[in-house]
Amino acid sequence: MDLPLLWFILIAVLWTGYLVLEGFDFGVGMLLEKVGKGDKGRRVALNSIGPVWDGNEVWLLTAGGAMFAAFPEWYATLFSGFYIPLLLILLALIVRAVAIEYRGKINDDGWRRRWDWMIMGSAWVPSILWGVAFANIVRGVPIDENGTYTGGFFNLLTPYALLGGATTLVLFLSHGAIFLSLKTSGDVHDRAVSVARTMAPIAVVVAGAFAIWTQLAYSVAWTWAAVAIAALALLATWFFGGKGSYGKAFAANAIAIAAAVVLIFGSLYPDVMPSTTDPAYSLTVENASSTDYTLTVMSWVAVVLVPIILIYQSWSYWVFRRRLSTDHIPEHNSLTFLPKKK
Amino acid sequence: MDVLELARWQFGITTVYHFILVPLTIGLSTLVAIMQTAWVRTGKEKYYRMTKFYGKLLLINFALGIATGIVQEFQFGMNWAEYSRFVGDVFGAPLAMEALVAFFLESTFLGLWIFGWDRLPRKVHLATIWAFAIGTILSAYFILAANSWMQHPVGAEFNPETGRAEMTDIFAVLTNSTTLAAFPHVIATAFLVAGTFVGGIAVYWMVRKSREAKGHEDIGVYRTAARFGAVTMLIAGAAVIVSGDVQAKLMFEQQPIKMAAAEGLCHTEQSAEFSLLAIGNLAGDDCESVKHIIVMPGLLSYLAEGDFNAEVRGLDELQEYYADRYGAVDENGEEIVYEPNLLVTYWSFRLMIGLAVFSAALSLLILWFTRKGRAVEQPWMSKLALISLPMPFLAASFGWIFTEMGRQPFVVAPNPTGSDEIMLMTMFGVSEATSVFEVALSLTVLTLVYAILGVFWFRLMHRYAVEGLPNVEPEEVSTDPDRPMSFAY
Ligand code: HDD
Ligand code: HEM
Ligand code: HEM
Repeated sequence: MDLPLLWFILIAVLWTGYLVLEGFDFGVGMLLEKVGKGDKGRRVALNSIGPVWDGNEVWLLTAGGAMFAAFPEWYATLFSGFYIPLLLILLALIVRAVAIEYRGKINDDGWRRRWDWMIMGSAWVPSILWGVAFANIVRGVPIDENGTYTGGFFNLLTPYALLGGATTLVLFLSHGAIFLSLKTSGDVHDRAVSVARTMAPIAVVVAGAFAIWTQLAYSVAWTWAAVAIAALALLATWFFGGKGSYGKAFAANAIAIAAAVVLIFGSLYPDVMPSTTDPAYSLTVENASSTDYTLTVMSWVAVVLVPIILIYQSWSYWVFRRRLSTDHIPEHNSLTFLPKKK
Repeated sequence: MDVLELARWQFGITTVYHFILVPLTIGLSTLVAIMQTAWVRTGKEKYYRMTKFYGKLLLINFALGIATGIVQEFQFGMNWAEYSRFVGDVFGAPLAMEALVAFFLESTFLGLWIFGWDRLPRKVHLATIWAFAIGTILSAYFILAANSWMQHPVGAEFNPETGRAEMTDIFAVLTNSTTLAAFPHVIATAFLVAGTFVGGIAVYWMVRKSREAKGHEDIGVYRTAARFGAVTMLIAGAAVIVSGDVQAKLMFEQQPIKMAAAEGLCHTEQSAEFSLLAIGNLAGDDCESVKHIIVMPGLLSYLAEGDFNAEVRGLDELQEYYADRYGAVDENGEEIVYEPNLLVTYWSFRLMIGLAVFSAALSLLILWFTRKGRAVEQPWMSKLALISLPMPFLAASFGWIFTEMGRQPFVVAPNPTGSDEIMLMTMFGVSEATSVFEVALSLTVLTLVYAILGVFWFRLMHRYAVEGLPNVEPEEVSTDPDRPMSFAY
């Protein structure tokens, strides 16, 4: 197989892994207050992703590293061009990592509440911005003959891109709510179920609108299949969620996210970043890629390592498979700041 | 300020900040794994309590390590797009391998370790912290392979059509002589940092407990921890010196101008001296005005070649040599200065080495005062321990500042025995798409956020260190789904 094409597909796979996995992390983060209500409830939600959230985030680091190695021009143009949105995403990810880890370390309500807000804020921002970024990649942006992005920040906020942002937002909210329905019991579970039921039809409408717009404006014939699968998967999510089969609903929603990635990458091909300045300046799978030698090396690395990673990550999900409720949450064993000496 | 200057500041600030946290994570994860192994093998509770105590500090540190690492991964593309285009074919590979080999391992197994105390059989649980510790060390290897390629590019050739460096041999990249020298040096540094951390805190507590309650059982636990830290410091310190010396010899071959700058050596000399102190205008690029005081005759020649009489090339000869080989003037007709900043290279080099004296002293004193079952009771030892704590962190930061600033004006330094086309001046590496506003904004915001999070990091580390050993019972392993979690956020 043609190596640049193989890597184009692999990068789509890595992004799918990232959006599916961190998608529910973000969903749980955004819903922390809504499903949690009290401190213990919020802790149930947080602990449902506790052991796995960092492993999920590494899919992003891998997608980034793989773009650097396999498509240096794409990596360079994209991240230097979409500077401000990326900066906002990075800030959110920085704060999020620290907030999740530090929230429970001091036994003080004010301390915990402040970090709660950080956890929520840092989940909303990337949930919207990833959609905005992907929509802009599909739509095309001004790129000059050196592969340099020449637009500004506000160029990125078109109606189509904002609809893209809304799409990732509703998909992640829905994904997080279903995940919590699957992983918790008691009050938190009940509230998550009701959010999941509200979100399902909204997801069908918003994501459906985005998919059809993408298909009509930017895509090729075969991606109608991806649109159809996405639509069916979202309807299935709605259906299974209503029936209380959360495992199936979760799988269906994950398929919908994957189908959205297929639609986006399918619409792009053979470009990786179309230029609206002049199609001749577009970055393509061929002109943005690394040499065959580098791609061969990276292919071997990926072939050997990805299955191993999947095995141990799945094992970790298996170890922490049980449902959580407020009864499982121990009292705080964190410390209190010592009163100051007089 | 222009984009270049801002981007350099941002890179310097974010990487140095990342690397304040990194060596502690690397060293401490292995030390905690050793403590837990001692507990699993002997069943002695003191090892269990040590594991829990230092384990908590490790987690507080780790969180900020991740947070600052994420920026590292993307800022090559954001601020250094032209650099990324030039090197991506070679440099991207170790970076992607680091994520695949190391980051997945670290993050997944740390999650299992934190939450798995009562979920996994003891030996399996022990294996998870070892997997994590190995992950941190692997991550250091791959990122150092990437960084070493910028110091000494190998395994690649220049493609005049695309104007990019292209990889020809991945094994050459991964076994770069520079990597093989830098890796042990940086790992040994990490253990020096972590050993000082473990030993320093234990001494502080041993002194405090001995004064509060003589004969308290905790004193014995702190004594074990202090000796463990001291032995680690001793071994790591020796390894730092030996590996550093290997690196120095390589550096004289690969980047001679960095070494001449580090010595303020203006002219080529036979039997060159090594100075401990210098006065004069190091900052003014006026090498002649620099006076060396306190010198060790011949030592520099020895460091470079292993021979006290060897000839070491000075800055004037090297500047000429570089100008001949890589061009005397830039596009605007201005003279290219190949000397890195003298002030920074000279002093960061000395501080890197000099600050390690604290760890050396601390380690020997701990071993002396705790001989034959004794405990440290001297209050001045407690002070020394606390003063020593930050020193290896600082030394490590100066090590990086030296390595990286000494490489300027190159971001990819030319390899004297390789292709002359594979090199890149820092000023040509910076992104063209980004504006001064954008970089200034990100520099400001990141620095502020880092400062705030740094305060929380410090307060938590301090608070948990001051709490001392926990009084906890080992968890019982159970698969009962109704049991409360043993640990929860
Ligand atoms: C010698 C070791 C070393 C060096 C030079 C660097 N790092 Fe690092 N990095 C680590 C050693 C490490 C580590 C020990 O693996 C960390 C530190 C704390 C931690 O969480 O893992 C880490 C974390 C870490 C993470 C978060 C991983 C996660 O989410 O689990 C990223 C993305 C990076 N680093 C990326 C970089 C990049 C792109 C660097 C180059 C500028 C860099 N690091 C320098
Ligand atoms: C974590 C350890 C590291 C530290 C503390 C560190 C520190 C620094 C410092 C102080 C500079 C100089 C800033 C300047 O003078 O402009 C710099 C430059 C640079 N370093 Fe590192 N560095 C580290 C690791 C790395 C690694 C592993 C890489 C590559 C993988 C790297 C790539 C660069 C680049 C691209 C520059 C150019 C920007 C510039 O010249 O300012 N660094 N680094
Ligand atoms: C606790 C921290 C550190 C200590 C005590 C230390 C100490 C030393 C010593 C003793 C040498 C040998 C000097 C010689 O023989 O000429 C050396 C060399 C070196 N170190 Fe470090 N080091 C530390 C951290 C670092 C770090 C983190 C880096 C970054 C990569 C670094 C970079 C270097 C380099 C490039 C050399 C070789 C060039 C030279 O000798 O000047 N060091 N170090």
